[in-house]
Amino acid sequence: MRHGSILRQCCESVRAAGRLLHRFIAINRRESTDRKIYLRKAVNPIMKSVIKGAGYILVHTPDMVLHNGTTQTTERIVNPDGEYLKELPSHLRSFEQTLSYWPNQVYIGNKTPDDLAAVPQPWCDKECDVKERFGHFGQIMPQEEFLLLMQACDVFDLVKLEQGFVDAHRAALAANPIIDESIMARIPEQQTAIDEIERLVKEEHSEGLYHQDKLVGCVNRAHDIDVNLSAHVMHENIVSKASSVLALLSGVKNAGIDKDEVEYVIDCCEEACGDMNQRGGGNFAKATAEIAGLNNATGSDARGFCAGPAHALVEAAALVESGAYKTVAVTAGGCTAKLGMNGKDHVKKGLPILEDMLGGFCVILSANDGVSPEINLEILGRHTVGTGSAPQAVIGSLVTDPLDRAGLKVTDIDKFSPEMQNPDITKPAGAGDVPLANYKMIAALAVKRGDIEKADLGNFPVKHGLTGWAPTQGHIPSGVPYIGFAREDILAGKIKRAMIIGKGSLFLGRMTNLFDGVSFVIQANSGESAESGVSEEEVKGMIAKAMKDFAATLMAQAE
Amino acid sequence: MDLENQKRVKEFADQYGPENVVVLLGAAEGEASGLAAETVTNGDPTYAGPLTGVSLGLTVYHVCEPEVKAEFDPAVYDEQVSMMEMVLDVDDICNEMRAIREQYCKYLG
Repeated sequence: MRHGSILRQCCESVRAAGRLLHRFIAINRRESTDRKIYLRKAVNPIMKSVIKGAGYILVHTPDMVLHNGTTQTTERIVNPDGEYLKELPSHLRSFEQTLSYWPNQVYIGNKTPDDLAAVPQPWCDKECDVKERFGHFGQIMPQEEFLLLMQACDVFDLVKLEQGFVDAHRAALAANPIIDESIMARIPEQQTAIDEIERLVKEEHSEGLYHQDKLVGCVNRAHDIDVNLSAHVMHENIVSKASSVLALLSGVKNAGIDKDEVEYVIDCCEEACGDMNQRGGGNFAKATAEIAGLNNATGSDARGFCAGPAHALVEAAALVESGAYKTVAVTAGGCTAKLGMNGKDHVKKGLPILEDMLGGFCVILSANDGVSPEINLEILGRHTVGTGSAPQAVIGSLVTDPLDRAGLKVTDIDKFSPEMQNPDITKPAGAGDVPLANYKMIAALAVKRGDIEKADLGNFPVKHGLTGWAPTQGHIPSGVPYIGFAREDILAGKIKRAMIIGKGSLFLGRMTNLFDGVSFVIQANSGESAESGVSEEEVKGMIAKAMKDFAATLMAQAE
Repeated sequence: MDLENQKRVKEFADQYGPENVVVLLGAAEGEASGLAAETVTNGDPTYAGPLTGVSLGLTVYHVCEPEVKAEFDPAVYDEQVSMMEMVLDVDDICNEMRAIREQYCKYLG
């Protein structure tokens, strides 16, 4: 009997050991990433990525409005002698006027969205009491400095500048606190004579660079017959790259990190670089990181029209959360084509050309520091192929569906940041107040769900919304302008959660009629840093100890 | 109205005959609705697109107008449009659309 009992016990123990061994082998057989996640999840929840800092920059480019904005270049073809082109120059703003423009001071962080909301619209006839060129998010760069920065960002000797122009403005760019010697060293001492620049524009299809309506340089074509490397495309791409460099440098500085800490850069502008064999080959991100001096970074480009930045941020957060890269920068420069996009309406209504600013932004995400606001990837909104394009379906997929999955109500989000276009620009063009329209839609859906009463419809945009302040540069106003403020508002305890919403009009590329959108939630830090978690080695140690203890028990029973 | 859309509207009018085409708008503002409606009836008021000086006189409605709403399955309308109906200034849009139709439409019943 005694021997039979020991035998039964041994058999049960062997079976139990087998089960445990089976589980252990199963764990070890998984792909290494899966296994890491499995083990980390088993012991400790995954550490969310955090927003370490953000940079926002503007560049005043009045001459590019005239020469590179598509509304103007189209008009020059279809209606060259029309009134619009004659009247346009007198509606351009001076650099000083752009500094005293309220929305611009909000964009670089000297004023807040709340400050702006208290100023009656329109804003273009009012002067902001702050007229600083530098703000704590970034700066407003004048055109003359930017043309030199473009040359610094050109590594194929395509940007030619007139000697006198460079001599006159080199010191100003060198004095810019964000520009270091490595960038200044990229601007050659020997520049080009104006006669040669005139010849290049006249005979070689070079794209002219103008300042105060005077030719001061040009961008040459990078290939004789490849349209993807034409002077026009190279100009557009170098502008995007240079403004992205400025944003990236501002973002890194504001995050308070060393440049070498950035391991990955994602560019999310709306341009494409490549040649006739790979028109959108890329890679703006790495090219930008090179000029910015991020020697430890690699990177890639993410595209999705205006939804690009939101997609890129979700991808960046996932890269950090997975442990693939510790610090990731999401960056984008501005777009020359959209300069003066609504210029006809602005001129017709006697307003200044308000679309004279290139925009740029950068957000730095890093491993959880236990303090900075987190990106919560568990509350992701996604417009899928099957969602449909009715506004109701779009807002549902981006706002209420993810909140439903997380068991939250619309009112649990303190601030929504959808398309943050400046209404001063869009209203005179007949496009209305875009952020306000978004808030009304979210509120209407909240009423339909019973999250708020119908009587609260009017108050919803005030309580959960923001007044738009971003230039109409496509991807630039799309959700991301608030991230810098959201970080500060969450750290200050003013709000707990913000939802960033990006939307994109994919049909513009004529590849699909589908709409697109993605959203994510930024929330207060839960207080646990990545360092406080349990490492994979520790988990392995814990399993090994459990196995050892089990073996000891087995041996004791056998004895 | 977008130049490409003007081109497509013009092509449809040529292909099916202007009397057989109805343009349905979804613009968010009265002014924008009126501009689009004027473009497909009297011609492009901005003198930029293919409909410049082309008075197609097409029948044009906004999706939030009662005449259009009556044509819908109420369940579909509730799912697709009711939220926007709550958001938009429907009266303003209807007034703009009616004025343009009365002035320029050539094929009203």
